[in-house]
Amino acid sequence: MTLTSAPPTPPRPKRRVGDRIFAGSASGSGILILLVLAGVAIFLIGEAWPAITAAAADLPGGQTLTAYIGPLVFGTLIAAVIALLVATPLAVAIALYITYYAPRRLATAMGYVIDLLAAIPSVVYGFWGIAALAPALVPLYGWLAENLGFIPLFAGPASATGRTMLTIGLVLAVMILPIISAISREVFSQAPALHREAALALGATRWEMIRMAVLPYGKSGVIGGAMLGLGRALGETMAVAIVLSGSGGITFNLISSSNPSTIAANIALQFPESTGLAVNTLIASGLALFAITMAVNMLARWIVNRRADFSGAN
Amino acid sequence: MSTQTSPAPAPVTERPGPVQSHRRLPRFAATGLYLAGLVLGALLSALTGFNLALTVVYGAVLGTLAVWLTSRAVEGRRKGTDRLVTCIVTTAFVIAMVPLASLVYTVLDNGLRRFDAAFFNSSMLGVVGEGGGAYHAIFGTLIITLLTTVISVPIGLLAAIYLVEYGTGRLKRAITFLVDVMTGIPSIVAGLFAFALFALFFGPGVRLGVMGAIALSVLMIPVIVRSSEEVLKLVPNELREASYALGVPKWRTIVKVVIPTAIAGLGTGVTLAVARVIGETAPLLVTVGIINGTNLNPFEGRMATLPVFAFYQLTQPGYPPELAIERAWTAALVLIMLVMALNVVARLISRFFAPKTGR
Amino acid sequence: MAKRIDVSDLDIYYGNFKAVEGVNISIEPRSITALIGPSGCGKSTFLRSLNRMHEVIPGARVEGKVVIDGQDLYSADIDPVDVRRQIGMVFQRPNPFPTMSIYDNVIAGVRLNSTRMKKSEMDDLVEKSLRGANLWTEVKDRLNRPGSGLSGGQQQRLCIARAIAVEPEVLLMDEPCSALDPISTLAIEDLMTELKDRFTIVIVTHNMQQAARVSESTGFFNLAGVGQPGRLVEFNPTEKIFSNPDEQATEDYITGRFG
Repeated sequence: MTLTSAPPTPPRPKRRVGDRIFAGSASGSGILILLVLAGVAIFLIGEAWPAITAAAADLPGGQTLTAYIGPLVFGTLIAAVIALLVATPLAVAIALYITYYAPRRLATAMGYVIDLLAAIPSVVYGFWGIAALAPALVPLYGWLAENLGFIPLFAGPASATGRTMLTIGLVLAVMILPIISAISREVFSQAPALHREAALALGATRWEMIRMAVLPYGKSGVIGGAMLGLGRALGETMAVAIVLSGSGGITFNLISSSNPSTIAANIALQFPESTGLAVNTLIASGLALFAITMAVNMLARWIVNRRADFSGAN
Repeated sequence: MSTQTSPAPAPVTERPGPVQSHRRLPRFAATGLYLAGLVLGALLSALTGFNLALTVVYGAVLGTLAVWLTSRAVEGRRKGTDRLVTCIVTTAFVIAMVPLASLVYTVLDNGLRRFDAAFFNSSMLGVVGEGGGAYHAIFGTLIITLLTTVISVPIGLLAAIYLVEYGTGRLKRAITFLVDVMTGIPSIVAGLFAFALFALFFGPGVRLGVMGAIALSVLMIPVIVRSSEEVLKLVPNELREASYALGVPKWRTIVKVVIPTAIAGLGTGVTLAVARVIGETAPLLVTVGIINGTNLNPFEGRMATLPVFAFYQLTQPGYPPELAIERAWTAALVLIMLVMALNVVARLISRFFAPKTGR
Repeated sequence: MAKRIDVSDLDIYYGNFKAVEGVNISIEPRSITALIGPSGCGKSTFLRSLNRMHEVIPGARVEGKVVIDGQDLYSADIDPVDVRRQIGMVFQRPNPFPTMSIYDNVIAGVRLNSTRMKKSEMDDLVEKSLRGANLWTEVKDRLNRPGSGLSGGQQQRLCIARAIAVEPEVLLMDEPCSALDPISTLAIEDLMTELKDRFTIVIVTHNMQQAARVSESTGFFNLAGVGQPGRLVEFNPTEKIFSNPDEQATEDYITGRFG
């Protein structure tokens, strides 16, 4: 009866040994993940450092590090942007089709088939790109160079192999399609039924219902999904390494046979044969890639999470 | 559409009942018009020398236009727009199926040529030209993937348990966010990380199977954390409370109640994560390398793996090139079959091992 | 087995929000005590504080004393896990473990604590507990079927069997019949009357007839006002509460004038 003025914090409950060990290893694993991410940054910086501090003459090609990485960054961005521009509208349409147009029974199976696209290893996409897609695009490139050659993008001369920047952009588009459409599908299907039914009850057609109730709700989810796809396209390695015939140099000509390579593909192609400072240079370019993708992914997650906070769905 | 039953045929200008009837296209008219457009497109492309891609493009455009204009004329502007979007969305879905179909066809077409016994029971040791196989690469892939799974599953599962059962405040939010970000690490960067880590201790020329496993773990752990977290969250809180109320400590509750309830979902998640990393090539290229002979010890020297094997057989075929390229395609086919098999297994796990709830 | 519970000056918090304030109550052994009151007045919160289930929710804490036979449940050297072994609980919605059979559900408390026990002892315990919960004759032929295949009322009795299998001294019941039909409710009520010879039972209920039918004493909880903590307004023998309560608020509530 005298304990009416209890301390503001209760006494820490006694923990059992089993509980302590288990809780400790669980939070240890969580912290380990943070350490790994930090470790990735630290070790990359450590191994890139010799290249960052080296004199230009010692680096491969005898040029400065920025001159070496610059065209690669450019190539990486161009390929990823093409992929994004092609994949996003398609992915949104697919997501709409599966959520609101497809017959109910087939919708799940269709989603599964689209997800299969994500499961195919990237090296196989490379095989497909060089064997099936690139040759199929050669006539199109010839036509583009002939008829639309006045646009710098299609200045030509058209590549005879089809292994161009535009081809790899399309391969990457197919690869990121399932990522964007999976997230779009999720947000579209979460659009509040109340709003959708309200729109239909006002006599809206299906498209008007989607425009009024689904698209505004799903907009930031689609943007976030597209950013995640962008992150994937930026880091994609094997498909680019196999399909693109990179020869360096910055050019906006998407259909010729001289293209800038991408960071990831350049590493994959050069690394096995490199020694000494060349390895450090490649790791420095990897560090640049890491920084770019981290920035894109953080932005994407921030957009997606912000939507989750304000959606009222939870 | 009218609900009225009176036999007198009312003129169209009068409202026949409470529901105003609109003029509508017959049921299969839209589909028919679209198909007609496709046929017309085929004819058009036949005029300029037949080409499958052009046929599809012309056909889709013409079919969509036909449906849109007819519907607009007959059913009005709003319904017309609705039909237009339906056409576009459906066409987009079909277009997305084209690469998948083409890819599966190409890989089967090229890969089946060397899909023989020699491919599965011989390595590339001493093989010049004819013969040879991926025995060493298949086992290399299996060993490295197994090692990756052994590293990743405990860490990933425990981290998910931390996030769902123990985590609070800023540390939890930081881990959740960074796990999400980590799922976006480019695979080549994960490979460089493992290389940099080992190069620090063993010098820059080091290539080991275990390096590949570490690199793949960096990619696999966040996938496992995410999927396990989702599944653990689905376990009803009532079950945890029921267990606590029986005087069961928290860790035993997690091990004996929460995890068994979620086991199907956890199994599915792990299988899909394995499927994701088994085809990774870039990290293995920079950490494990390739050899022609069989090395099954991940702690000693280079190993062959299926995706890297496929890559080198295609890009550095030697002479004559066709034989190596055929091996490359078969390796790609085997890789796809492995991934698909894992996906099917994942579906089966989630179907057959789900707890039988009466609710 | 049954024990007496003395609660003095108990305040219960969720974070900074005080949910229940200043509860003083003395619960007699081998009796049924009912807690009634409008929704959100803290009855369930109070019940959960009696076996330290309350603190499972992050940020939840308690000030004051809960003494069972001279031992303070909230003193620093007490393990909440031990408390819960002595004080069992039955929840609003039946929650058998979906991965376990009926048999395994009953001995879950024993097995999850990995107490060593012979097979014959376990069989005896299962039979004894299921008989105690009036469920034995209905399920004895299908002990290896999943517990979630039973009807709602059977599931709830299974949960009671599970709770009494660990042989607690007190049984807390949080609206155990609110998800059940009248026949199953009657079965549970009969069961409670049998169980009170062995256990001290505290039951939270929204059903005033139920409180009147089964309990010896009744406590009436009410909110002091909107946003204010809940309080124990009156605690008296059930007969008195339902015929001639001390407080006007109690009378208003049980005659249906509010709440």
